[in-house]
Amino acid sequence: MTDQTVLQIQNLNKNFGALKATDDVTLDLKKGEIHALIGPNGAGKSTLIKQICGQLSSDSGKVIFNGKDLAGMDVADRAKAGLGRTFQVSSLVMEFSALRNVMLAVQSKLGTSYRFFKNVRGDNNLTEPAMAALKRVNLEERAHIMTAELSHGERRQLEIAMALALDPKAFLLDEPMAGMGPEGSKKLIGFLDELRHEAPILLIEHDMDAVFSLADRISVLVYGRVIATGSVEDIRNNPAVREAYLGSAA
Amino acid sequence: MPNLSRETFLNIIISLGLLVFPFIATAMDEPFYITLATRVAILSLAAVGLNLALGTGGLVSFGHAAFFGIGGYAMGILASHAQTYTPIFTWPFVIEGTNQMLIIWLVAIVMSGIAALFIGLLSLRTSGVYFIMITLAFAQMIYYFMISWPTYGGEDGLSIYVRNQFPGVNTLDPSSFFYICLALMFAGLGLSAMIKNSRFGAALQAARQNEERLAATGIRPFNIKLTAFVISGMITGLAGALMADLNRFVSPTMLSWHMSGEIMVLVILGGVGRLYGPVVGALIFIIFEFIFGGMTEFWQFYLGLVLLGVVLFARGGAIGLLAGKARHD
Repeated sequence: MTDQTVLQIQNLNKNFGALKATDDVTLDLKKGEIHALIGPNGAGKSTLIKQICGQLSSDSGKVIFNGKDLAGMDVADRAKAGLGRTFQVSSLVMEFSALRNVMLAVQSKLGTSYRFFKNVRGDNNLTEPAMAALKRVNLEERAHIMTAELSHGERRQLEIAMALALDPKAFLLDEPMAGMGPEGSKKLIGFLDELRHEAPILLIEHDMDAVFSLADRISVLVYGRVIATGSVEDIRNNPAVREAYLGSAA
Repeated sequence: MPNLSRETFLNIIISLGLLVFPFIATAMDEPFYITLATRVAILSLAAVGLNLALGTGGLVSFGHAAFFGIGGYAMGILASHAQTYTPIFTWPFVIEGTNQMLIIWLVAIVMSGIAALFIGLLSLRTSGVYFIMITLAFAQMIYYFMISWPTYGGEDGLSIYVRNQFPGVNTLDPSSFFYICLALMFAGLGLSAMIKNSRFGAALQAARQNEERLAATGIRPFNIKLTAFVISGMITGLAGALMADLNRFVSPTMLSWHMSGEIMVLVILGGVGRLYGPVVGALIFIIFEFIFGGMTEFWQFYLGLVLLGVVLFARGGAIGLLAGKARHD
């Protein structure tokens, strides 16, 4: 069983003053699965993602990734180690085209960011993998459009393409469907369904239809604490969850 | 290239203008103009250095006079020992002075690079106003150090009586020295264009626009910015060595915050992040100094007005005004 565990979060804590943003969270991500993290607004889902990625330090607890404790590693280290993350609010290089954003991820993957002379334009070692990643999220026709001019939904796709180009060992997707139209969401659900076999996905999502159709397991976070983890059926029928979350939201 | 952008066209015109300038000045019987043009080339190179940090990397350094001055003193110290035939130090090994430009340039580049590494390591932990203030503080430290160090002239600086030598060139001829400086300016421009278009340049531009994204992509912004800061300091340091050679004089003035401000004004006047921004900025600066400096002591007041106009109405500097917004891809 331990061989199957890619990402293990053990007793993670984070306080902001008196507020317990992350309260003794323990959860794991296994090979080939989508583990959805749901919870009402302010439950601490994004805080938890930031702790996993190294953007926020943890007060206590461990993040173990592929058998390795990530303590002391910064955001860039963890990304290099194989954590492919997308942001809740798209975070992209706005004055770059979509393609050049992904090319940045490719050069990081290749470990060649300290090359000073060769022009990146027309450098097939960068453009081909970048184009392939864009193609996978159906953005290849928008490759040369400035990121600032992409629609909200297209930027969400671009975030995923950048994560793909890193060829990560686990995906951390923070509300990838947010702001996407129903058509886009449907396509993305189909895509994530396949993606889990490449690398497991820790998925934060508010779209309950997406969560229920995709997730192998669901964890429910309320006030920074995991109140339940289980299959879709378990969570649907869990009275505490219904009261805390589904009762009002769905 | 069939489709030259307006900016490229402008850059070519400026380059050709500078290349033929000594002939024009000689034809006009105004050899002093060649010295002015040499200052344009040197100040351009200094600003090309800053433009890499400020324009491409978004690092608003208010301490580039440190590198300019270190380059100047590299020349001053080496050449003063050469002219008095005394070694710089004798223990643990003997280092003599030199009047060879190539060696002086190398020393200027290395010393300003080391200074930039040290200053960058500490100041790049901050950003925004704090970064501006810390770079200013470091430059002022070096400024006051040189003022209070009597060995190399203290406040009075160092005079070098004969311009240093370059193999096969008579550097005392103003045109020859101008072409040396111009060649280095073009080399600096070429290098910064190449860097901007490279993988490193892509990471540097991403560091300017969105550090969070760069880090999440697995590239550590600090290291990228530090590398850029060091290269930037080296280029400005080389310009300092040339300026000292042009004036045959170096003093702590080269290290003062006025100099940092002047280099920054050149970049902003010409256009932050534009390849030829520093050149256009230096051209405007020197032309202003020459024309209005002859009429009034307060020429910098009018330059200030122009700077205000550029900042308020032409966000892309003079190049933005002439050639439109920067093109991205």
